Amino acid sequence: MNDNGDYIIVAEEVNKTYPNGVKALRDVSLGVKKGEVVVIVGASGSGKTTFLRTINQLETIDSGKIIVEGVDITDPKTNLTKIRADIGMVFQHFNVFPHLTVLENVMLAQILVRKRKKEEARRIAIEFLTKVGIADKKDEYPTNLSGGQKQRVAIARALAMHPKIMLFDEATSALDPEMVGGILDIMKQLAKEGKTMIVVTHEMGFAREAADRIVYMDSGKIVEMGAPEEIFNNPKTDRLKQFLSQIL
Amino acid sequence: MNRKKNTLFWNLIFFIVIIGIGFFIYKASLRINYSWNWRAVPSYLVYKAQSEIDSPVRGVVEGFENGKLSIKANDNKIVYIKVEHPTLKTGAIVDTGDELGYDTSYKPGPLLVGLCMTIKVSIVSIIIALIIGLITGLMRISENPLFKNLSTVYIELVRGTPLLVQIFIVYFFIGTLFNMTRFIAGAFALAVFEGAYIAEIIRAGIQSIPKGQTEASLALGMNYFQIMRYIIIPQAFKRVLPALAGQFISLIKDSSLLSIISLTELTKAGREVVSSSFSPFEVWFTVAALYFVVTYGLSLLDRYLERRLAGDE
Repeated sequence: MNDNGDYIIVAEEVNKTYPNGVKALRDVSLGVKKGEVVVIVGASGSGKTTFLRTINQLETIDSGKIIVEGVDITDPKTNLTKIRADIGMVFQHFNVFPHLTVLENVMLAQILVRKRKKEEARRIAIEFLTKVGIADKKDEYPTNLSGGQKQRVAIARALAMHPKIMLFDEATSALDPEMVGGILDIMKQLAKEGKTMIVVTHEMGFAREAADRIVYMDSGKIVEMGAPEEIFNNPKTDRLKQFLSQIL
Repeated sequence: MNRKKNTLFWNLIFFIVIIGIGFFIYKASLRINYSWNWRAVPSYLVYKAQSEIDSPVRGVVEGFENGKLSIKANDNKIVYIKVEHPTLKTGAIVDTGDELGYDTSYKPGPLLVGLCMTIKVSIVSIIIALIIGLITGLMRISENPLFKNLSTVYIELVRGTPLLVQIFIVYFFIGTLFNMTRFIAGAFALAVFEGAYIAEIIRAGIQSIPKGQTEASLALGMNYFQIMRYIIIPQAFKRVLPALAGQFISLIKDSSLLSIISLTELTKAGREVVSSSFSPFEVWFTVAALYFVVTYGLSLLDRYLERRLAGDE
């Protein structure tokens, strides 16, 4: 992590304590290279989602530093909206906009934030809706969609901004089991295309298949990280061994 | 089938009860020797007015044809004048300015004029109240202590004092200070009062939108105003529409208090008609019915909007 040039995201000794006194992050340091797919695993409450949310500052930090594309986003003077537009995020509960059609969901931020013309935004929206396989629903309102379809819309919405980094926060956890595979396939496809991704998930199959690196977190700390084979076949710490034995 | 019969039965009972109440009121009025005079009531709404038509020239009336009176002026020119009801006969000598006859036209009566004023003052104050409510509602959920405290003080003060007293304060103090007309002072006082309630409705509406909506918008790079304008307020508006409509209905009814500063709206007009006609029962029932028509119309509009907006959620 001494050579910042290779890294698109650098987190240095990030600490965060929630107002209720829970220490969510303890000295978390992580560098993510361009095009790398990092999967963060860990039990509930291990701080993995909190850490993910600090990368686009949906969650503030108490101390430490987070640098995205060479910009210190924890500096109060940083223009966050600009950085955030370059970081796509997919949420556990989709958070699609219920008052807009599928197409409008994907077009809105392009027009407001990327200042694209309406026709261009529309073209790009349809391009990504086609990519995630839901272009035929473009004029529907989200209420008429299943969970899996909503999540596809949310992914298209994030991708249409042409982000340099994609964050996935338990993107399949709220889905019916039969919907999970489709979303994971889209994520694998993105990984193959060389998108820089940080993925928080409980899907170990995905982690094994798509991750360049797996980060194991427990009680707000990074306990172990490494290539998937290392983590799954040769865990070094007892905590990771125990976690894997519970989950696999 | 049995259930259907049952509702029919109770609906029947409902009508009997309504008729019974009406009958009771009628009987009660007989006991106090009140003489009902409903026939005069329509004229308080619309009446036939006569307007005098005067002769523009000096001369002799020649005849009346096709609704026009022909007058042979002293310089032997014939002048035609439109008159609906001529009062002069052929051969009559007229001087300039003499009455030739009159036209009739329908004019709004005092109650209708009052109703128009009520609607006008209500619309103006609804618009101002919405603006006040939106701004203070947003201030109330702001994290800035200045905005938060200012809006809290405003809301608490307005909700803790009677509207009547506020109207007096606005009219006599602020109105004098800024040289406001009755109408402006009245509309402003109402707006300030209802704005506080609308602020609370809007605050609750905005807070009812899940946090995830804001987070998703932030993650896409939108700023505060874009999020409010395009994501939160459109969704919140739909949720608060019934409460908002209720508040507008309250505002229309509260506008009757403006009669106290001599704004001739429906209630003031009603009082004036009562004092000249001595038919208080008929007039106040009519005034109540007119208020009801407006407020019920508003609640129908609200229902229609709710149904139309319901489609996408």
